[in-house]
Amino acid sequence: MRPFVYERPADVSAAVAVASRFADQQDQPTKADVQFIAGATNLADYMKLGVAKPKRLLDLNALREPTLRQIKIGDGIIRFGALVRMGEAADNDDVRRICPLLSESLKLAASGQIRNMASLAGNVLQRTRCEYFRETSWPCNKRDPGSGCAAMEGFNRQHAVLGTSDGCIATYHGDFAQALIALDATVEIEGKRGARRMEFAKLHRLPGDTPDIETNLAPDDVIVAIEVPFAAWSRRSHYLKIRDRESYAFALASAAVALDLDGNMIRHARIALGGVATVPWRAKAAEEALQGKTLDQEVAETAADAAFAEAQPRRYNAFKIPLGKRTLVRALLETRDMKV
Amino acid sequence: MPKVISTGTSTVSKLSRRSFMSGSVLAAATMPIITRSAKAEEPPSDGQDNARALAAVSMRVNRQSYNFALDNRTSLLDALRDHAGLTGTKKGCDHGQCGACTVLVDGRRVLSCLSFAVMNEGRDVTTIEGLAAADGSLHPMQQAFIDNDAFQCGYCTPGQIMSAIGCVNEGHAGSEDDIREYMSGNLCRCAAYPNIVAAIVQARDETRRS
Ligand SMILES: Cc1cc2nc3c(=O)[nH]c(=O)nc-3n(C[C@H](O)[C@H](O)[C@H](O)COP(=O)(O)OP(=O)(O)OC[C@H]3O[C@@H](n4cnc5c(N)ncnc54)[C@H](O)[C@@H]3O)c2cc1C
Ligand code: SF4
Ligand code: FES
Ligand code: FES
Repeated sequence: MRPFVYERPADVSAAVAVASRFADQQDQPTKADVQFIAGATNLADYMKLGVAKPKRLLDLNALREPTLRQIKIGDGIIRFGALVRMGEAADNDDVRRICPLLSESLKLAASGQIRNMASLAGNVLQRTRCEYFRETSWPCNKRDPGSGCAAMEGFNRQHAVLGTSDGCIATYHGDFAQALIALDATVEIEGKRGARRMEFAKLHRLPGDTPDIETNLAPDDVIVAIEVPFAAWSRRSHYLKIRDRESYAFALASAAVALDLDGNMIRHARIALGGVATVPWRAKAAEEALQGKTLDQEVAETAADAAFAEAQPRRYNAFKIPLGKRTLVRALLETRDMKV
Repeated sequence: MPKVISTGTSTVSKLSRRSFMSGSVLAAATMPIITRSAKAEEPPSDGQDNARALAAVSMRVNRQSYNFALDNRTSLLDALRDHAGLTGTKKGCDHGQCGACTVLVDGRRVLSCLSFAVMNEGRDVTTIEGLAAADGSLHPMQQAFIDNDAFQCGYCTPGQIMSAIGCVNEGHAGSEDDIREYMSGNLCRCAAYPNIVAAIVQARDETRRS
């Protein structure tokens, strides 16, 4: 691991100021000399593996603003402070009652210990678990731009079928982000030019020709909060996660679903898919296929077909297409049948 | 008697484990604790700081004060094992995937392999060595693991026990299904899982009764 200077800024503006001073604005946050650390569960892992090489770590855990550690609910918005831990958010009774999808996506992620450590901002920014990205002896366009992609012809069972490019097929593995993108969440950011807001859907970038550019954040941008709108319909929401073992595993396929129903007729469906795409993945085509329909098995299957119409399988991950479809169908029907 | 618990890794390698361990406890008892306010007054970052300088890190481990001099890269796990000599906490994967390194920090279970020791300045850490009472009587969770034969090789056991205590304290041990779900971060290569669940049920009920 590269030696690093460790600092504990006292407030958000100090964190932004130190990051601005030491980071080259052209650098990606993940490549910058100075990087933030919160729960450490993703960054420390990648530093040990030699994938992340910050020269300076800014520990966000001493930031004094109390709102960074609070969940506030009011006016149709749940506001999660960036430093709220996954476990705390998953156990929050009000969040679970208002929007089970949020709680379930957190509860089914990682383990009890990791959820105690990991922050919500760190969680959404977690980097892919692509085995070739993790092991620095392999070519990887995300880690070393232009070096090639070992996964393309390699053992790509975990890899994505949606949102892929010729340069990278790495899956975005987070669960909470699927809930956030389905629910039209917003990210609050403080950076060199002050505070701003970004649609959660704009936070992550498709790999395209630049898989090393993972987000639209600057290296001195601190996420301070995530806001999620809610209404009566969000009580009928659900996260279904399918994996190799029943717990403590990343999704092979998952579906985040929220249904606004009028009887059995769908007024509006919100759908995101995990485990199958390179970024948090909103399935708009599936949502449109459901609009105004009465939800039954057949309608759900049509929507699932629409969700995967553009899927690009590789040698070992073609199974994710039927698995992803079945996951979505089951999630839709389970959500329909929820007692709310 | 070493005055500083360790400098880099050199102190540990020169001493036998037993003399090192008794030495470190004595040293800790006589060393002044570095105050947190002194840390807060550090000058703001000026770009001149040296990434290789050892950091002074103080924390309480099992009700004892420890003052470490550590490379920033040291994980909490390595600080506990290699610098405090508390080798009860085990290193399985060193990447957050097995739970063998579980300890309690400020009462909450965490993975010590994924935390840098410097991030734990001023914290209160409990390891498997800190569970038994002063008279040697075991923590109910330790006793329950013995009563239920909840291990074979024992390598995962310190992590299982620390995680189980965290799990019960969090209120996530209500049913056997809950226990299986909320203990999933602790792998057992010997597959003692059914007995581990039984042990947690026993300890949970005993702690509830008392
Ligand atoms: C074995 C294992 C299993 C896992 N399983 C799952 C799973 O099933 N589902 C799942 O969703 N996740 C899973 N995870 C991932 C885990 O949830 C993430 O590692 C964790 O959420 C990251 O949060 P953190 O606070 O620890 O982030 P850190 O590691 O501290 O930071 C991660 C990144 O975010 C940046 N960052 C952090 N906070 C901010 C901020 N406020 N502003 C700007 N940048 C910031 C850091 O600079 C860094 O680049 C698993 C992890 C492990 C090790
Ligand atoms: S899939 Fe992406 S992350 Fe994995 S090796 Fe290819 S370029 Fe790297
Ligand atoms: S050693 Fe920490 S989780 Fe395996
Ligand atoms: S008892 Fe051997 S690994 Fe659990």
